[in-house]
Amino acid sequence: MAVLPPGVSAENFAAAIKEFQAAVGNDWVFTSDEDLVPYRDHFSYIKGEANELVPSAAVGPDSTEQVQAVVRVANKYRIPLYAISTGKNFAYGGPSPNVRGSVTVDLKRMNRILEVDARRHFALVEPGVSYIDLYRYIQERGLKVWIDTPDPGWGSPIGNALDHGIGYTQGFYRDHFGAHCGMEVVLPSGEVMRTGMGALPGSKCWSEYRHGYGPDPAGLFGQGNFGIVTKMGFRLMPQPEHWRNGLITVPKRQDLIPLIDTVNYLTDLSMAGEPWYGSPLMALARDKDFLAAASAFNEAEMDRMAAAAKLHSWQVELQFHGSEKTTLANWEYAKELILRAVPGARCVDGESLPVPLTREQIEHTTGPYPTNMRRNVTQGVPGLGVWYMVGRSEQAPNTWNETHIGLFSLVARSGEAVMQAQKDFADIANRLKVPNLFPNALSTPVNWYQFTFIMGNGFGMSMGANTPEGKKRAVQQLREVLAENAKRGYGDYRAPPMLQDDVADQYSFNNHVLRRFNEAIKDAIDPNGILSPGRGGIWPAAHRSLRGALRS
Amino acid sequence: MSVRHATLPLVLACLAAASAHAQPSAERGKAKFEHTCAPCHGKGGGNDGHAQLPGTEALAIKYKGTIPAALEDRSDLTADTIRAFVRNGSFSMPPFRPTELTNAEIADIAAYLAVSSKRR
Repeated sequence: MAVLPPGVSAENFAAAIKEFQAAVGNDWVFTSDEDLVPYRDHFSYIKGEANELVPSAAVGPDSTEQVQAVVRVANKYRIPLYAISTGKNFAYGGPSPNVRGSVTVDLKRMNRILEVDARRHFALVEPGVSYIDLYRYIQERGLKVWIDTPDPGWGSPIGNALDHGIGYTQGFYRDHFGAHCGMEVVLPSGEVMRTGMGALPGSKCWSEYRHGYGPDPAGLFGQGNFGIVTKMGFRLMPQPEHWRNGLITVPKRQDLIPLIDTVNYLTDLSMAGEPWYGSPLMALARDKDFLAAASAFNEAEMDRMAAAAKLHSWQVELQFHGSEKTTLANWEYAKELILRAVPGARCVDGESLPVPLTREQIEHTTGPYPTNMRRNVTQGVPGLGVWYMVGRSEQAPNTWNETHIGLFSLVARSGEAVMQAQKDFADIANRLKVPNLFPNALSTPVNWYQFTFIMGNGFGMSMGANTPEGKKRAVQQLREVLAENAKRGYGDYRAPPMLQDDVADQYSFNNHVLRRFNEAIKDAIDPNGILSPGRGGIWPAAHRSLRGALRS
Repeated sequence: MSVRHATLPLVLACLAAASAHAQPSAERGKAKFEHTCAPCHGKGGGNDGHAQLPGTEALAIKYKGTIPAALEDRSDLTADTIRAFVRNGSFSMPPFRPTELTNAEIADIAAYLAVSSKRR
């Protein structure tokens, strides 16, 4: 499966490999088929196809200096690089590059936890550090800080933040890029730059004040291709003394509006952590009559059937961090607020637990009410327990979800917007004849980010078409869904390389001025177009002809 | 003491360490297993009411009790077998790169499983 970087001769590639070996050591340059298998996307929709996004080689630097040397070699031979941290960005392309034949810069060996400060609440790490590594480091030293982990937790805080990943504790910390504070970056020239207070030699507050002075270019490195991040600081949440949860349900469909308003108020006052929304009416999802009403958005009929079944229409599970008294006070206040807004609401006390929770308390699922809330991630405990979602099941013991992909649209944080999005996504799915888990009034908003909702649409996390033809058809349908979403004002927040041009196309205000701006910067600082061409839909001049090439 | 004399013990120590690492170590393998494999293939409980972690659960579904589902109970996993699964993946398990698990570390894990499986 020998693949060459685009536009690079075999002779030049061989010479470059020798120079990569000189830069990082012979043991850490990989070119054999066996070694390169793990650099392919295990969930690729085009696996084995002529256009699969496979690398030509991989190099594993161990230091910022080695990354600089790799970048200089790439410039010399005009070889596109693609940097990965832990390579676990599954559902979004995993370790695979945007351009077939790129050389993957595997930063896993840069796995040093440089600093964790439990009094000023931050960590400074390298890209190869995983959430599991950072959690264990903190636990082994008894430090009183929490991380905010995505689910699953084998990824890298740097890699996750740079793809705008999320977590499940308190507002500020859940936005992993938003919670970063300062970074070190190897620029396309090979120079090293530090952002924020890192630009001031001798500063002691690199991980405390991210702005430094003047424009902060840090945002360019999230979902971008302007440099290779080699260090990054993150704000950490102090370990609370107590954790408590509680459930609120509201009877009627339109009650979603005051429910969301109430929760927005609480979370934006930092009185509650991530809220988990749901619908008790999922219990009726197999009832043909109810499903017909939900699919027709017949709200009066849905309310009637919900009342007959003694079910409420919506629920939200709240969590509180603090002391026993403050968490109780916040929960009591939440109950008071919702009962003021929706007199028919029900409030159920959850559990009240001193932190840290025991292993049994984290694992157990037998609270006073059925819960969707995953305890491990709400406690900042990283794991892989959630990976069952893509594996074998008793119902399908001889297959797995090869088409694991995550497409989620941003939806305004109000009940009206959620109910409109339900109708829009159902309409898109029905008109394009694409699968949708809930092409009806049952889909619920997810509040991963504090200040907006995201909602699965089109395919959610699974397409299920495991045949090559099925996957090809699915990709085409995904593109149609993304285009249709954009027409209605919905943009997606993240995508695999295969679909990044399509998502970037959604953000088209003023004749794509944002993309043109980014590409003007790209051409200025990366004239050879060597760093992750195509990532985030940003193509350097040297490879701009490849924009949209995967669509054919 | 000259520089040459000063560095000689260090060189010998490094050679000794390299030699030691050439022999698989169950102790090192245990640490690596717990770090890299156990989050999915360990014996703890899973998420959302699943009694087992995903890797262990998947193997329980596959083998239906004919072979132990937990890798630490398996006595048939050689370094070559583990390496084949690690480098190529299997079903929902993605492959792992040499920067995550070296061949020497895989041999250490095999040495650990040979010991752990006897403790069933």
